[in-house]
Amino acid sequence: MRDDNQNQKNHDDNGESPGVSRRDFLKISGISVAVPLIAGPRVIKAAGQEVRVYGPGKVPMEFAINGKIYKANLEPRVTLLDALRDEFELTGAKRVCDRAECGACTVLVDDKPVYACAMLAIEAQHKAITTVESLTRDGKLHPIQQAFVDNDASQCGFCTPGFVVACKAFLDKHPHPTPDDIRRGLSGNLCRCGTYAGIRKAIAQVAQKGV
Amino acid sequence: MPDYAWPDAQHRTLIGTRVSRVDAPAKVSGQAKYTYDVHRPGMLYGKVLRCPYAHAKIVSIDTSAAEKIPGVKAVHIVQGRGTIIHWAGDEIVAVAAVDEPTAEDAVRAIKVEYQQLAHLVSDAEPPKGGVQEEGPLSMDALDDMLDNEVPAGQMVSQIQQYGITEKPGEDRLSEFKENGASDAVLDAIRTAAVHPEAASKLPSSYQKAAAQTAGDPEKALAEADVVSEGLYGIPLITHCCLESHGSISEWTDQDHLFTHISTQNVSGIPGQMAEPLKMPATNIRVHQDHIGGGFGSKFSPDRWGIFTAEISKKAGGKPVRIMLERDAELEVAGARPSAYARVKVGATKDGTLVAWQSNSWGTGGPGGGGMPPIPYVFSIPNQRLEHIAIRNNIGPARAWRAPNHPQAAVLTMCALDDLAAKLNMDPVEFFGKNLNLTKQRENTYREELAIASELMDWKQKWHPRGQIASGDLVRGVGLSFHTWGGRGHASDCDLTIHPDGSVDLKLGTQDLGTGTRTCILIVAAETLGIPMNAIQLQIGDTTYPSSGGSGGSTTIGGVSSSTRRAAEDARDALFAKVAPALDTQPDHLECVNGKVSVKGDSSRSLSWKQACSKLGVMPLTVRGKNPDKSKPPDLTNSGVGGVQMAEVEVDTDTGVVKIKKMVAVQDCGLVIDLKTAETQCYGALIMGISYALYEEKVMDPTTGRMLNADMEFYRLAGLSDIPELVVHMMTGKGYDERGVIGLGEPPVISPGAAISNAVANAIGVRAPFLPLTPDRVLAALEQKAGA
Repeated sequence: MRDDNQNQKNHDDNGESPGVSRRDFLKISGISVAVPLIAGPRVIKAAGQEVRVYGPGKVPMEFAINGKIYKANLEPRVTLLDALRDEFELTGAKRVCDRAECGACTVLVDDKPVYACAMLAIEAQHKAITTVESLTRDGKLHPIQQAFVDNDASQCGFCTPGFVVACKAFLDKHPHPTPDDIRRGLSGNLCRCGTYAGIRKAIAQVAQKGV
Repeated sequence: MPDYAWPDAQHRTLIGTRVSRVDAPAKVSGQAKYTYDVHRPGMLYGKVLRCPYAHAKIVSIDTSAAEKIPGVKAVHIVQGRGTIIHWAGDEIVAVAAVDEPTAEDAVRAIKVEYQQLAHLVSDAEPPKGGVQEEGPLSMDALDDMLDNEVPAGQMVSQIQQYGITEKPGEDRLSEFKENGASDAVLDAIRTAAVHPEAASKLPSSYQKAAAQTAGDPEKALAEADVVSEGLYGIPLITHCCLESHGSISEWTDQDHLFTHISTQNVSGIPGQMAEPLKMPATNIRVHQDHIGGGFGSKFSPDRWGIFTAEISKKAGGKPVRIMLERDAELEVAGARPSAYARVKVGATKDGTLVAWQSNSWGTGGPGGGGMPPIPYVFSIPNQRLEHIAIRNNIGPARAWRAPNHPQAAVLTMCALDDLAAKLNMDPVEFFGKNLNLTKQRENTYREELAIASELMDWKQKWHPRGQIASGDLVRGVGLSFHTWGGRGHASDCDLTIHPDGSVDLKLGTQDLGTGTRTCILIVAAETLGIPMNAIQLQIGDTTYPSSGGSGGSTTIGGVSSSTRRAAEDARDALFAKVAPALDTQPDHLECVNGKVSVKGDSSRSLSWKQACSKLGVMPLTVRGKNPDKSKPPDLTNSGVGGVQMAEVEVDTDTGVVKIKKMVAVQDCGLVIDLKTAETQCYGALIMGISYALYEEKVMDPTTGRMLNADMEFYRLAGLSDIPELVVHMMTGKGYDERGVIGLGEPPVISPGAAISNAVANAIGVRAPFLPLTPDRVLAALEQKAGA
């Protein structure tokens, strides 16, 4: 085993995300390192390059959620979803499958719909995170939310916030969707009560009126 | 005496109209708080170590390493050394820690040694000769029944019917009591007949559970002009509630427990927690604002609800959250029993049904399970029924929307549809001809069948089997009938009118997403003549008057009736205070559009607020009840009928079935909110498409574990799987005057049978078992080609 502690030095963050890129991860996973319980990054040498390592203890993190800054000390293994729900009490995104299958945790990251259960919180730092809570402004529902109400597109409502966010992202990209666009574009979210009929009508209502 | 009866059509402003769900804005904005969303100060996070084997004995448990992990606050052994575990995923040890990652580490640090035992997870047709007649129950069998949470009523009747193999001593009886035996069960054991000679027999996994004969089925089948024989089945499926089961429990002091729990049964939870926690029910407060799905699986606190409270106590009373992980939710938190049958059914040449014979089997897990009500809807004159219950290690079954009815619909309607095909009759004509066998529902079904046929354009779409258009894509249509009770349950509610004109309404019910809140407010607003948003409704807490569990389509009838009576009485009490001010008698007053006025003289009126000020300083509170014989009429009723039709397209190359259209025609008495009622039917059709085409709890015979305990391989229907859906509610004369009847179960019963029949019509052969996956459709086509 290589002793990478020799390579440890203070590293200037330069505002760059301390998240681990996929390339970095592949490099790290090829080696094994004895990691002490410290916060903040260490730098190790892997495949001839310097790679920063966080954790496994808690790491200070900072997030931009709905235009506000949130801070927390979290282990790198904590998902964005759990950070939102358990640290910041933004519980609109729901934990259902916890492995990127059902879409109930959908949030926007840099305007793209993302399964928050499948993204580590550490990766989501310094990105613009938008949750369902921000869509209602001054007590006024977003048009897609109003369309969900009008077309009775929620029953138990547990999938609803994820669907609302997914529908918003979909309509932003496809303002005039065909039925086929809708079928394909919203297949990433699941509902158990069976509200799809109402959701389709809600999308049609917004698409007709425009957002 | 006030007239509590529902207003007639001319006098309704809200009832029966399309009112938007009142809690929809909270749900679409992410503000609605579910149990899973509750975050209590200082809350600890619980995780559970589960048994990896379907049948095993716990040899040893070592929790010492877990206890040493910093941040672990309590470790609780749920089932200790020596316990026999009967299904994979059962709970062994629970831990509570400061955060989830720490709790996960602690679970991983626990060492448990098991002795694996032989398991059975199959529900295939019972082997010939392997079936045991139901007989006297051994002490072990009684223990198993308690472990497997067999309902007390069922235990009592089995003990009374079959007796026991030995007389237990008081020590044994107190063990039973500790194991959860109710007093009724203990009494039944004490007074049971003892058959020591039966003790030597080994218990079999296959138990004869029912055998009934009516008329002379052999003779009738021998004399029938046409007899159809077939094999049909519907597998185990899960509830797959999106919000998993679980709770957050905390001790507010030494003696008082506060529990947030995801439940269909808010008022009924304390009574079920009191005994295992050895505390009075009155010291347990339960609260729930919203629930993310139940479908029949969330009536009890469950073992995990009890140990969440226990581990909270161990952690000094701090709030502890234990919500099931998705795999556990699918493995242990509910399954609908499977049902399969070989059916023989006979008719005369003109299509009159004369005889039914079925040999059915299925599993409801370790408890076995009962026979679905077959033949369903149609009381065929000559019948012989035999059912074998398979007791195995798949985990406990639970009520699943319309318990036993979707199974009965598949076994019956598919067999009858095959008979119609053999008779070369259009099923609409064939079923229509036999509607006299549906007894008191005959007229309802006849009207519904006609409406459904028109909405489906059945005449255009139906073709005899075998006459299919050439090409790879073939279409077909199918239908099914269903029924359900749905009488309103017991419900109390308190309605308070305050002197400032504000109104609040409290009841310990719950809204499963069925529209319960909306319907309660519609009834109260209609009765008081004020807008819905002028009434503050509070539900979901045991500090409110108790209301029944939401199961069996009983909620709407219960809460609408209690609310109607409370609102009538409160209004009349208000009239008594207001009448002098308007110089009239109380019974000359009416409450319309937010005004209290003299009937027929709108010039003499007070605004609602002015009227309420006549109450003086004290608010007026009235308790409404259901049932309440002293305040007639009966506002709820029982017994509905529904007809559904499906149109499918099958790709004969790939075996993929696509639903093209579904029609649901449904009666539920007086509809309170047409909008949420229709949604309930749309939802049921979609859930039905899901179980007809995709869902199955797949058990691995080798490991005894569920193979698809996630949401990728336990497939739910998605938005792209849903076709044109048409819902028609039967309302108006003949329906409204029956009173309010529940709608949760009925529309989810028929989709499986209707879709299976449509596929048979399309491909000209029966694919016997749901779900109609491509491999099953291709196998049926291959069999047809080979035949």
